Amino acid sequence: MFFGVPAQALFGQLLIGLINGSFYAMLSLGLSVIFGLLNIINFNHGALYMMGAFVAYFLLQWAGLGYWWALLIAPIVIGLVGVVLERTMLKRLYHLDHLYGLLLTFGLALVIQGAFRHAFGSSGLPYTIPGELAGGRNLGFMFLPNYRAWVIVCSLVVCFGTWYVIERTKLGSYLRAATENPTLVRAFGVNVPRMITLTYGFGVALAALAGVLAAPIYQVNPLMGADLIIVVFAVVVIGGLGSIMGSIVTGFALGIIEGLTKVFYPEASNTVIFVIMAVVLLVRPAGLFGRER
Amino acid sequence: MSTGDTHAEAQEPAATATVPHHQVVAFVLMVAFFTAAPFFVYPVFLMKALCFGLFACAFGLLIGYVGLLSFGHAAFLGTAGYVTAHAAKVWGWSPELAIAAGTALAGALGLVVGALAIRSRGIYFANITLAFAQMIYFFCVQVPFTHGEDGIQAVPRGTLLGLLDLHTETAMYFAVLAIFVAGLLLIYRTIHSPFGQVLKAIRENEPRAISLGYRADRYKLLAFVLSAALSGLAGGTKALVFQLASLTDVHWTMSGEVVLMTLLGGLGTVFGPVVGALIMVTLEHYLAQLGAWITIVQGAIFVVCVLTFRRGVVGEVARLLKKPL
Repeated sequence: MFFGVPAQALFGQLLIGLINGSFYAMLSLGLSVIFGLLNIINFNHGALYMMGAFVAYFLLQWAGLGYWWALLIAPIVIGLVGVVLERTMLKRLYHLDHLYGLLLTFGLALVIQGAFRHAFGSSGLPYTIPGELAGGRNLGFMFLPNYRAWVIVCSLVVCFGTWYVIERTKLGSYLRAATENPTLVRAFGVNVPRMITLTYGFGVALAALAGVLAAPIYQVNPLMGADLIIVVFAVVVIGGLGSIMGSIVTGFALGIIEGLTKVFYPEASNTVIFVIMAVVLLVRPAGLFGRER
Repeated sequence: MSTGDTHAEAQEPAATATVPHHQVVAFVLMVAFFTAAPFFVYPVFLMKALCFGLFACAFGLLIGYVGLLSFGHAAFLGTAGYVTAHAAKVWGWSPELAIAAGTALAGALGLVVGALAIRSRGIYFANITLAFAQMIYFFCVQVPFTHGEDGIQAVPRGTLLGLLDLHTETAMYFAVLAIFVAGLLLIYRTIHSPFGQVLKAIRENEPRAISLGYRADRYKLLAFVLSAALSGLAGGTKALVFQLASLTDVHWTMSGEVVLMTLLGGLGTVFGPVVGALIMVTLEHYLAQLGAWITIVQGAIFVVCVLTFRRGVVGEVARLLKKPL
């Protein structure tokens, strides 16, 4: 018992919080990477996350390719979709106000979600946990399903891997330089437009990867990304738009805080992230890890 | 959003305190159209268009003349609808008081949200208003008086000022039209007032407006409150028209819809939002049976507008006439 709450319930909600936090972190990381270079808030991030889950579902149903293949193929497919979107549409908006990028991706999200809802209805399609990760283990104080542990580990590895590449490698230094001053980086002979395209592709590939990871937990549903993305936006604002470490840390932290709120004050569990956002904005308008621009 | 590149605003003389002649003509034409329309078209459909028209104009005031894109305006529309419906049904208030209560609450909400949100700009502002609206949405889902998924149903329309029974469609229609015209005149007056000129100055160059001694944040906040209150006016009226206040009006998709209406009609134009609302309501009317298609069509319009049609319908017309509308 902790503060009148049974340990089982506490750890159970903590686990759910960590799982949600894993998805928040991966999605807000993708948003941050995209925002850093393109200055676009990618409103169709949730739709592409949903598409990632659907690619996994299609692979299983139509090609007989299981979870592990999906984990590899879905991000590549959705990454290519992202490259096409960037080349054909987003590219035309860079000379305009950044808000047009938000509006365009919002429209794209409506089209994608509407199309999938038209084709597959609003009820979820089941996706089973791969055999290798079925079952769970008893940790003594709680039961930990293997698949959930895998999601948390996988998300941590992906997030910190991305952080390492951006903050500690030469490729990442080009990226950061292009974020600061794209014209100067171009003058040094770096192909910035291609870098922008690939960055967008990478950002949405992260969303697709999260979608595949989510498929066995939440079912495959055309609207699975629609409301999630709004929460992720709040996470990004709290962490500071464009901050890589900020989105990872706040993603996990807010997932856990949300889980704890479910235990101690369930009525506020849906709103707690937005309340935190309001408080953070009052104290630090650029977010916890952000810099004023 | 800087709309200076998308419409003819830039050519407008800096100190037009007087209202341009052709805008008066356009205004009279619009009122004449809506006065005659209920004799040819189903009034409830028109009332929906008028409510959304006012909502979109209130939103357009913010984006077109202050350059702030709010992605959470549904919060004001929806909560005002709930308050009006609750006041009319449970407390038995008369329609004018119920709508006034909804409008006042939306304005108060706008003051709180605005005070927090106007500290940021651009994408940040859009994101923050969206998050606040979502917070209000979850609040509406949970508090008992909104009746959750059912909404407040069978709201009595009552008798306006104790004189006019609103239960006939014609009486209701002209009451809505009067509210719509009053709201639009207020927006119109605001845009052409010295206050509106300062707003435009802030939109074009905020640091410069501040250096001239204007407290930009106060002007923006006042505009935000005005926009929220007028959205509330639209929401309260809509609740009486449909005798229903539901979660649809608070959901973020509604915030997206009003952005679309304004974008389609023309950002930074006076009449654009009304035209955009009329087009969207008509589309929804004809696509209603097709389920998910409506979302696809809306999204496609969004994409096309952003990529190739950024002036919007009225913006294009204004460009052809070489006059701001």
